[in-house]
Amino acid sequence: MTRPGGIATLAEHKRRRIDELTARTSGTGGVSLLRDAGRRLRRNPAAVVGAALILLFLVIAIFAPLVAPHDPVQRFPELTSRLTVDSIPGATAGHPLGSDPLGRDFASRMIYGARQTLFVGVLATLIGLLSGVLLGAVAGAAGGWVDVLIMRITDVMLALPSLLLAITLVALASESTQWTVIVAVAVVNVPVFARLLRGSMLAQRESDHVLAARALGVRGRDIVTRHMLPNSLTAVIVQATLTFAVAILDAAALSFLGLGDPDINRAEWGLMLGVDGVRYLEVRPELAYFPAAAIILVALGFTLLGESMREALDPKNRR
Amino acid sequence: MPLLDVRDLSVVFRRKGAEPFTAVDGVSFSVDPGQTVGLVGESGCGKSVTSLAIMGLLPRRGNTVAGEVLFEDTDLLRLRPQDLRDRRGRDIGMIFQDPLSSLNPVIPLGLQVAEVLERHQGRTRQAALREARQLLEAVGIPDPARRLKEFPHQLSGGMRQRALIAVALACKPRLLIADEPTTALDVTIQAQILALLKDLVDRSGTALVMITHDLGVVAGLCDTVNVLYAGKVVERAGRHDLFAQPRHPYTHGLLQSVPRLDADRGRRLHQIPGSVSDNIPWTEGCAFAPRCARVIDDCIGATVALEPTRRRDGALRCTNPVPQEVPA
Repeated sequence: MTRPGGIATLAEHKRRRIDELTARTSGTGGVSLLRDAGRRLRRNPAAVVGAALILLFLVIAIFAPLVAPHDPVQRFPELTSRLTVDSIPGATAGHPLGSDPLGRDFASRMIYGARQTLFVGVLATLIGLLSGVLLGAVAGAAGGWVDVLIMRITDVMLALPSLLLAITLVALASESTQWTVIVAVAVVNVPVFARLLRGSMLAQRESDHVLAARALGVRGRDIVTRHMLPNSLTAVIVQATLTFAVAILDAAALSFLGLGDPDINRAEWGLMLGVDGVRYLEVRPELAYFPAAAIILVALGFTLLGESMREALDPKNRR
Repeated sequence: MPLLDVRDLSVVFRRKGAEPFTAVDGVSFSVDPGQTVGLVGESGCGKSVTSLAIMGLLPRRGNTVAGEVLFEDTDLLRLRPQDLRDRRGRDIGMIFQDPLSSLNPVIPLGLQVAEVLERHQGRTRQAALREARQLLEAVGIPDPARRLKEFPHQLSGGMRQRALIAVALACKPRLLIADEPTTALDVTIQAQILALLKDLVDRSGTALVMITHDLGVVAGLCDTVNVLYAGKVVERAGRHDLFAQPRHPYTHGLLQSVPRLDADRGRRLHQIPGSVSDNIPWTEGCAFAPRCARVIDDCIGATVALEPTRRRDGALRCTNPVPQEVPA
């Protein structure tokens, strides 16, 4: 009764279907949350632009000695000799962006500035993240008066404008160094992470998977570190990316206001913009344009990537 | 001697600005080793709260638990929290209603199964993962090596519930509490999961407390059934006795409400009138009285006691029970 090549028996048919289905699905094994999000990020132009900007500045920062044409603190006689009260030399041979007000190579200073700016931003964000996550996790997991205490402190910190708080913190330090700026910017970001973590902990405390873990006799400490923290991770990553942008802007603002490291040799975009850029705005506006544009581009890169990651990691967008 | 002996368990929830609410009101039942006992009732009758109270998983604040929960002569309610924690997952396992939300979404399945083995049996991560693979195989998950690395959202609903069963039975507990284990699954998968549960508890000699509102589950699985209403046991009987001859009007109504394939198509499905919000307090009579088809004057006024019946393991809380048919 069977046609040649047709289905001989029902069992044969079933076996073939199962083979087909396993062949089709076996490729998806082990697709993790992050890899899935990564695939969606690559399809999002905003994410690609943001990542490209960050990568560009990161490469410049890391390889600054190779990229920069000159030493950023060296004063060049061919530049200093042409400095006058109302003129600063522009582009010349060997100095593509010309001179700064002290006869140093402006292009090299911009390139080394990337290093300085990213270093401050990354470190300030990391310190703020770690302390904020710790405080928020403790508040959310412990509850009671510990929670109330930590949350009231963050309330006070959030009530002040972030820059004002950072200025106050810098002013409290006996001497201003690069580290005062980093710590001040980090502290300003602590309440953001603390609130984020606390909210995530509170939501999870009532969740079924935490109840299930408790039903298995998992210890409270392990529930927090092994079950709850991993679930908060995506939110922290997104927030950290967005905080980078804010941290870089805040650090630049502190330098701009003259509250950063007073060392005039240090190449830092905020300082370059605030001191030379403003003072010589009418003589040579590029001294303001370039640092300002660089700050904006880095901040934009982190914001674009951060927002795209928020979208990509949102479980509601998962297919 | 029973494995689990729940005596006069009460749970009262207290909230500021609201009347205290008695969710479980003096419930007693016992489970022998290897036995399957059902707790049946509609939403809000105290089934789940009973199971959480046994496990010591109720929130620390806002409730009072009274009575005794004897597990092999140890009163679980009076154990120190850390001692109770050592027993959860090792001596008593638990399966929850929604398999997706009961699994941690960001942890691979293998680690979630391995964790309980590391916790209670001191296995290394490697040994625990090897055993996790065998456990997944034992609950009928195909290709367990691959599934170990996958995340809960990559599994089907039935597979997730199988995985949770594997976790609950990993340390070979003597008692398993299953709180509506099949409610979130569709009917064909329900049957598979129930068959799997029955097979596993039969083979390992694990006692099972089955919490459900589904009488079909009870009929297929339980040796003894406790029917709960408004926080109290209203009828207890062996499975066959209960289905053949329900004595309490509530049980009777529940059984009447089950759709049947051989019923007259034109007839409306039976329903119990009213809802739990019509209840009167147990102190002033039978809580079910306002909804009861057999209500008489004696039902109101004084608390109705749970009296033993002549059936094996039987008990009944009713002043005017459904008359027992005399076999002809």
